[in-house]
Amino acid sequence: MAETKNKHKIKNPFEGIIEKLFMIFENKIYLYGFFAALVVFLVIFPNTSSRFTQEIMTNLFFYVVVCLGLNIIVGYAGLLHLGYAAFFAVGAYTTGILSSRMGMDFWLTIPFSIVAAVIAGLAIGFPTLRLRGDYLAIVTLGFGEITRLTIRNLDVTGGAIGLIGIQRPEFFGITLNQISHFYYMFFILAILAIIVSYRLENSRMGRAWEYIREDEDAAAAMGINVTTSRLYAFIIGSAFGAVAGSFFAAKMTAISPDSFMFIHSVMFLMAVVLGGMGKIPGVVLGSVLVVLIPEVARGIGPYRLLIFGFLLLIIMLYRPQGIWPEKPTISTDE
Amino acid sequence: MALHEILLQQLFNGLLIGSFYGLVAIGYSMVYGIIKLLNFAHGDIYMIGAFSGLIFLSIASPYIGAGWPSLILGLLITMLLVGLLGVLIQRVAYRPMLKAPRLSILITALAVSMILYNTVMLLSAGRYRAFNVDISSESFYLGALRLTETRVILIVAAFTLMFIMHMFITKTMYGKAMRAIALDRDTCQLMGIDVFKIIALTFFVGSALAAAAGIMAGVYYGTIHFFMGFLIGLKAFTAAVIGGIGIIPGAMLGGLLLGLLEAFGTQIPFIGTEWKDVFSFAFLILFLIFKPNGLLGRSESERM
Repeated sequence: MAETKNKHKIKNPFEGIIEKLFMIFENKIYLYGFFAALVVFLVIFPNTSSRFTQEIMTNLFFYVVVCLGLNIIVGYAGLLHLGYAAFFAVGAYTTGILSSRMGMDFWLTIPFSIVAAVIAGLAIGFPTLRLRGDYLAIVTLGFGEITRLTIRNLDVTGGAIGLIGIQRPEFFGITLNQISHFYYMFFILAILAIIVSYRLENSRMGRAWEYIREDEDAAAAMGINVTTSRLYAFIIGSAFGAVAGSFFAAKMTAISPDSFMFIHSVMFLMAVVLGGMGKIPGVVLGSVLVVLIPEVARGIGPYRLLIFGFLLLIIMLYRPQGIWPEKPTISTDE
Repeated sequence: MALHEILLQQLFNGLLIGSFYGLVAIGYSMVYGIIKLLNFAHGDIYMIGAFSGLIFLSIASPYIGAGWPSLILGLLITMLLVGLLGVLIQRVAYRPMLKAPRLSILITALAVSMILYNTVMLLSAGRYRAFNVDISSESFYLGALRLTETRVILIVAAFTLMFIMHMFITKTMYGKAMRAIALDRDTCQLMGIDVFKIIALTFFVGSALAAAAGIMAGVYYGTIHFFMGFLIGLKAFTAAVIGGIGIIPGAMLGGLLLGLLEAFGTQIPFIGTEWKDVFSFAFLILFLIFKPNGLLGRSESERM
């Protein structure tokens, strides 16, 4: 491990620049001050901006939630997941079917989507994870495609057209139907996701994941059940995605198979890898980049995925720990 | 048609499609065996092969026509070029990552796949392209089996390539070196094998075979498009797992078996062709549960 890190550092042409930039956050007062200012800014944001920018910001919060869920699998447990959109679809369609076909209240559908995601996660994760960790990558890739095909071919999911008429959620008597309502809903969800992720990271399970990621054999020798720990990460991550999917369905009121393509799984993964796998600020930064870059640079539209492909390659070759550095200090080996 | 005629026809179709799967699965399985990498870009290499073949044909057909001679010439040239592309990808994207954590090299492979198919998507404007060849499409009967000249030549060519590959792996020094590296890379290095050269050779051979399968699929289906490599990449992996990943004859066997399963699976009532891909994926999951080492694999756990 140590050898590889040094090897990458020698080749890194940006050595030190980004680290210096992030050093500001080493000072706790600056850090908390920054967060407080950010939260205040985000709370008053809808009053000062157009519906379009609110829409983008809502999308950003939504990405933060989804990518923090994916981060549990990819970042914490070190497993490559290429079909996350499918788990997201499981949640969205569970809510969609229960709400539009059976008239169930939105909040009651969430436990059902969690259960559905856990079942799907077990069906995929159990046979795969007891073999080799990297089989999961291709099995999830297949599962993503198969889920989309199944949704297209079934009647209960509305086929290629999808589901319409999903009910808006109610919150203490207020029907959430304005974009600013959803802005605050996803803002609160994103904060909850950050807190849950933080608690998980520092739990007994979180330390086990870190150990397995660093050295699988040593972790097993210390009595950590590698398969079970990975399965937990996979299932918790899947449930996370399903909950995000439920809220997505409630916001859109109409869902179709086109919202759950392989490209979406790749964009989620891109956000996790870009900022820095396994680190909450890194994932948030990655989500910001993935959501805002196409909005700011409209012209890159058709080339977006090509550019992201090259970015992914360059990051893996030169800066495998992501843009946000491991520790906000200048490296000490010079 | 009587039942046995349908079954015979599906047997032939299954073997033909299965031989494409097998050719792609060989490269997948070899790369996994030698550097333990799931090469997501392998399906895209197949797609690049099909497009390169089409480009060659459109350049060469005014001079030498688009019949079998130019098709075979195109096949050989494309195999060479795409093989070299495979070596280049290996050198740029995978070799620096060999000692990095497993997750990093998987993401690198995904990035290469994205780059390849998005490049072709932009160049081909995302449209289906007709694979125009000037060959006879007349059908004739062999007993109850309806055949065309094209299909017979394709299946013969695919099996010939697989046979050559099998000979290469079992009878030559290079094949022996590949098998040795799959067992223990570090010891091979100590024994004086140029490990990086053999890894590059593996990518060359695997990519060339995938390119050949791509051209054959172009001739067989008549159209090609930039996303054609995605599903076949998944199926090649399934084929490799069925046969036992890392085992070359296993990849061929797995490919043929998967082709047959799909051909017969779509004949079962209530499972129409739209469920074909779901069917083969369900089969992958079942295989991972009950026979994870594949048909030809020995039952041993992962070595440390």
